[in-house]
Order: sequence, then C-alpha cells, then structure tokens
Amino acid sequence: MLEKSLKGSCGYWIWIIFLLAVTTLGFFFYLQQLDYGLGVTGMSRDVSWGLYIAQFTFLVGIAASAVMLVLPYYLHDYKAFGKITVLGEFLAVAAVIMCVLFIFVDLGQPTRVMNVLLHPSPTSILFWDMIVLSGYLLINIVTGWIILSCNRQEVPPPRWIKPLIYLSIPWAISIHTVTAFIYAGLPGRSFWLTAIMAPRFLASAFASGPALLIIFCMILKRYGRFDAGPKAIQALATIVAYALTASIFFVLMELFTAFYSQIPEHGHHFQYLFAGLAGHHNLVPWMWTSAVLAFAALGILTIPRIRRNDGWLAVACVAVFVSLWIEKGLGLVITGFIPSPLEAITEYVPTGAEIAITLGIWAVGFLILTLLYKIFVSVRKDIEGTNDRPVAQLKS
Amino acid sequence: MKQHQWGMIALGLVVFVILITFPFWSGKGKTSPQPTLSFDTPAIAQLQEKRCVEDTSFMRDNHMKILGTWRDEAVREGKRFYTARNGRVFEKSLSGTCLKCHSNKQQFCDRCHNYVGVKPTCFSCHSIPEEVKK
Amino acid sequence: MTTSRREFLKIAGVSTLSLIAPAILCRPACSQEKVIIPGDSSLKTKSSGQALTAKRWAMAVTPSKCPTGCTACITACHGAHNVPDFGNRKDEVKWIWQEPFAAAFPNEKHAYLGESFQKLRLPVFCNHCTNPSCVRVCPTKATFQRPDGIVMMDYHRCVGCRLCMAACPYGARSMNYRDPQPFIAKRNPDFPTRTKGVVEKCNFCEERLVKGILPACVTACKEKALIFGDAENPQSELRLLLGKHFNLRRRAHLGTGPQIYYII
Repeated sequence: MLEKSLKGSCGYWIWIIFLLAVTTLGFFFYLQQLDYGLGVTGMSRDVSWGLYIAQFTFLVGIAASAVMLVLPYYLHDYKAFGKITVLGEFLAVAAVIMCVLFIFVDLGQPTRVMNVLLHPSPTSILFWDMIVLSGYLLINIVTGWIILSCNRQEVPPPRWIKPLIYLSIPWAISIHTVTAFIYAGLPGRSFWLTAIMAPRFLASAFASGPALLIIFCMILKRYGRFDAGPKAIQALATIVAYALTASIFFVLMELFTAFYSQIPEHGHHFQYLFAGLAGHHNLVPWMWTSAVLAFAALGILTIPRIRRNDGWLAVACVAVFVSLWIEKGLGLVITGFIPSPLEAITEYVPTGAEIAITLGIWAVGFLILTLLYKIFVSVRKDIEGTNDRPVAQLKS
Repeated sequence: MKQHQWGMIALGLVVFVILITFPFWSGKGKTSPQPTLSFDTPAIAQLQEKRCVEDTSFMRDNHMKILGTWRDEAVREGKRFYTARNGRVFEKSLSGTCLKCHSNKQQFCDRCHNYVGVKPTCFSCHSIPEEVKK
Repeated sequence: MTTSRREFLKIAGVSTLSLIAPAILCRPACSQEKVIIPGDSSLKTKSSGQALTAKRWAMAVTPSKCPTGCTACITACHGAHNVPDFGNRKDEVKWIWQEPFAAAFPNEKHAYLGESFQKLRLPVFCNHCTNPSCVRVCPTKATFQRPDGIVMMDYHRCVGCRLCMAACPYGARSMNYRDPQPFIAKRNPDFPTRTKGVVEKCNFCEERLVKGILPACVTACKEKALIFGDAENPQSELRLLLGKHFNLRRRAHLGTGPQIYYII
C-alpha cells in the first residue's frame, strides 16, 4: 500500500516539499545543538525542561486520544466510527513518533540513549514511559495497517487483531497516566504534586485529540474527497465537549485547592501563570488566551444548534486545540519550575534554534501523518471505486 | 510487469552493489603502515621489568574492556584496586595509573586509535597529566 | 510469478529483522560481560587501609560561624572538582553556594526574624538524602546511592534527561548545557572534568575520602562551620555536635531524609 503515497496532486507534493524543508531546517539546528550542547535552548539551571518536554507531554495526549474512536466502535459497536478508527490510529502513530523525537532531542547525551535499555531502572517512571510508548506505537502501526489492508482487499480482519485492539484501549490510558506520573511523583514540585494530574492529562487529551481529528476530517473532506460522515463528526464533537468540560473542571479544582488553602507553595505557581509573580509575567497573556478560548469553545460545543454548523465547529476545534496546547504544551511544564525550590524566579523563553527544532519535529509528524492519510484516502477511494466498476485499478 | 521496469530494477541493484562495496574496491591496494607505538617515556625507562598491568598481548586486545570494568567497579562499587595476574596491585585509574607510564598519549594511544579509526571519549574528561602541566 | 511482491517484501523484512534482532537482543548481555582477567577471579578489593569510612556520611553546618563575604568552601570545592564558571545564571554549574535563610528554609521565614538570621548566608549543596528522589527517578541508574549514604553520579552513564533536576527539591543539581572545559579557570589534573550534556553535583568528596582526606569544603573552612562525620556513630564529632545544638534540615517534611544538618 505504501506506493499509494507516491501518487498525488501538485498541491500534495508542494505540501510534502514544504514539510521536508521545515524538517531539514530543524535538522540543521539540531546539528548545531549537538555541537554546542543544550545551551542553544532557553533552558537553564532553574528551568531545566522547556519546549521539548512540553511538546512531548502534549503529544502523548494526542496519541492517547485514538482510544476515543476505538472504544466506541469496538466496545459499543458505534458504527459511525467504523470508517475513521484507522485515522485515529494513524494519528496516534505520528504523535508517538513525535513524542519519541522530542525526548530524543531533549537528551544532553543522545548517543547514550540505549543506556535506558542497557541499565533498566524499574523505579524510574521515564523507563516505564519508554516501554508504554513503544508498545503503543507498535500496537497502532499493526492495527491501523492490518485493518486498512483488510478493508482494501474486502476481507474481514484476522481474528487475532481483536485482542490487540482491546489491549490498545487500556494501553492508551496507560501512556498518558505514566506520562502524568513523571510529574506527579516529584517531591518539592508542588505545582505537579497532585493526584489529579493523570485525570487532568486524560481529560485534556480526549478534548484536544478528537478536536484535531475533526479538523483533519474536514480537511480530508475538502481536499481528499473522503467524507467521514456528519454522524461521526458530531459524535466526535460531543466527545470533545464532554472532555473539555472535564478538563476545565479539573483545572478549576486545582485553582480552588491552591487558592482556598492559601498554602504559598501551591498558590505561587498558579499566581505566576495567571497574574504574574514578583514582576514576572511572560505566560500571563498566553494563559488568559487559553482560558478565553477554552470557554468560548465550550460555549460553541455545548449549544447543539451552533455545534452542527461546520464553520462554527471548525472554529471551536481550533480553539480547543490552541487552548489546550497552551495549557499543556506551554504552561504546565515550565510553570513547575517557576518559582524554583529555592524560591528564585527564572523565566524561560525558547530560543530561535529551539523553536526551529520543535517545528522540525512537528513537520516530521505531519509528514508521517500526511503519508499515512494519503494511503488511507487512496485505499478508501479504491474501495468505493470497485463498488462502481468491477475492474479494479490496483494493477497498473 | 513491463520490460523497462526490469531494466530499472537491474540498474538499481547495480548501483546498490557498487555503493555497498565502495570501501572494498576504493581501499584496494592501498596500505597504511601499522603504527609503531612509542614506549619512550621517563616512567617506562625507569621500570626494571617492562611490563604493563597484564602482559602486552592481553592488554592490546582487552585494554578497553579492562578500562570499562575498572570504570564501573571504581565509580559504582567503590572497588578501587586491581590485583593483576602476578599479584601486583594497581589503582583503577586512567589518569593515575595508565597515563603515569604512558604519558606520551599522542605517540602511544592516539597513533593506534587513529590507525583503527576509533574515537574513545575517555580523554574528553580525564586529563592527561603532562598536558595539564604544560 | 508465484510469489507476490507483498509476500516477497514480507519475507525480506522478516529475514532482515532476524539478522538484526540477535545483535539488538544480545547487546545488554555483551555490555555487562566482565572481562575475565587471569588471576583475578576473586576480584578482591585491597583497601589502602587509610580510607575514611562510615555507615552514613553527613554534615553539620553552623552558618553563624561564617564570616561575612567568606567563600573559602566554595572556592576550594569548585577548584578541586573542576567546576566551570560560565559567568551567567542560565548555564551555571555549582556544587556548593550560598543562599539567604529565607531561600534555604522558606517555611521558617517570617517578618520578625532576627536581623542576624535575615543577614545569614547559608552554604547549600547536595543533601545526600537517605531517600533520594533523584536516584528513584533516574532512568539509567547514572545517579545512585552508595552503602555509606553518598549519592553519586556516574558521568559515564548519564544521558542528560534532567529528570533528577526536576526531582531534587533542593536545586542541588546542575546541567552542563555546553562544554565546560574552556570555562575551568585552573584545571585540577587529579579529578576528571565533565562533558557537555551530563548532570553534576556535590559528591561529598568521595575521591578524597578514599585517600583518607576530609572533604575540600570542610578542610577549607577555618571557622569550623562545616563538620563532617558518621551520622550513625554516636561518638562521632558530628553526632556530639548535633546532640548539643538545635538543628534543622532543609525541607525535611518531603521525606527525602536530607543529611545536611543546619545548626541555627
């Protein structure tokens, strides 16, 4: 099926070349980082994780959200998702690969990465995260690819794929839970030291992932001549609405605990996020943008009449994605370090090189996603084509 | 399948074979002289018996493994002394033991490492006593 | 054609994997392979007989003894361990440094704290915790705890993920964001430097203890503000001191079991 990705329109190729160019640029800056060290980034002694780890955290959520298609279809036999579960699985594949790349570029000694396997440390959450992420990648590549090939040959999928799909459901929950545990188990980082971290991660994941899928379905409908069907899109929109509600609710719960208890070390971080602390307020405009977008999206998504309008739905989905990207891909990781355990405030601003590398990895992700979606759309077109004409175009 | 596709496949295979055998035919006939390692250091000159920690052939084959084992045992297990086959005891230390005799790193370590094309990272942190003194 | 392209690719893929797999799977075994060195089957460790040993190393700090502006301990430590000075806060690497009382003990500060406390500059460094969170989170065991309590770094193994820096509640760890070597003022040939991309911190001068010498900061302090000793030996100078004076540990409520005792 891979050859399907080699035939496309002019626009398709321009998009591919654009992504390759961004990737190359990112790679160039990564070479610079390899040579100089992580000092090319904005990270410091106080803020020792930045954009890379934040993107990783956000993308684990996107990867996990594939379960929101798999679960209704396979456990509840929700037929409308039948056509698009593969889209979710392919999105998970691209997202997990991006996660792995973000971890990799964040390493100070990338050549020693195999040490994680050579000296396995079961007490380390990062070790477990590596295991669940690679397992999840494998599960999604296998299930997505097998299901699509069977669809193409119009044969029922092999029986062994079912247990694997069922396994992917708790596994998806596990990747984001384990990722939350990286943060939630650290003494002395009171911003992260909260039992609600994993539920909060899952809620925001199940909002941002399906929102992204809705956007992709709309793009595929317009440019790829693939229609997921209004029923599937609306069901996804409902999922986004519920998950977004839960996500906002969880954040409010955190705010309540921090501000009502008035324990300074809990409050300071939120104060830095939303009001600024001791004259430092780099993240304040971002976080208010995130908050406004989240509530606006919630408004659009909860009113059925507006939600059913494709234009408004698209706006809401973009708002959800941007809002949660700011919340998780910007605010959550950096703020854990501000103020530091010694109550020093060091602000973090990513450097140009860091942003270029980040964009490069996003471009790799989009490239993988584009290729996989192109294959998916072509196979779908063939299936629908064979229904009209008995002679398939498979052999050329 | 059409005929011209076979042509392309054959061409591809030929290119592949040429590329993958590149090191063999490009290096054919060329010989680089085996490096001569210098033992000419004041510390070695003073030794009565010219003998390394273990015998020469063993050291030549296994010095990297010994250093790796020394590294782990000294740093991680606190076992800092090595008893050689003949009962002599050495401190497990690259700078403190090995380089005390082989203070001519460039004529001893580097020559062979360059010849076989390996780039050990040891010296990026462990200093060469002579170099620091300069 | 009897074999479809699909079948061919499958077979090719599987055979390639079967070629690579042993190499990948066997790696852990090979790397742990110990060289069997003739005559060294017992792997006996000869102690030099003079090394300082303890059941649990700890330190007592009396910051009130520190003269204003004195940085003798810092200079001695950073000189002995080739700690670079990058001259900026972002890349900063430090093993021991000074903090005001309010930063070291945020929970004990208040507006009416005596002036002598407010002016206090406390030497702070790795607490060599009994229950170190940095060791727990390290994915490669690059940071580990020795039986005598010292929390060590194996710079050969560190991948530079900086999870330990997030886990340390004392900010005791530094990352080499760039090559430290050009920034080492005077290189001490008896101690290795670090390479870019690894995390480093105080090692309680384990390299000196093995030679029977007290830590560099302790010997550098003329005021005897730093007392080093065995916390599990009731007769040690350290324990006698702690028994006599009220002392605090930084952020002890976190359960990390810090082993630096501040006599306030």
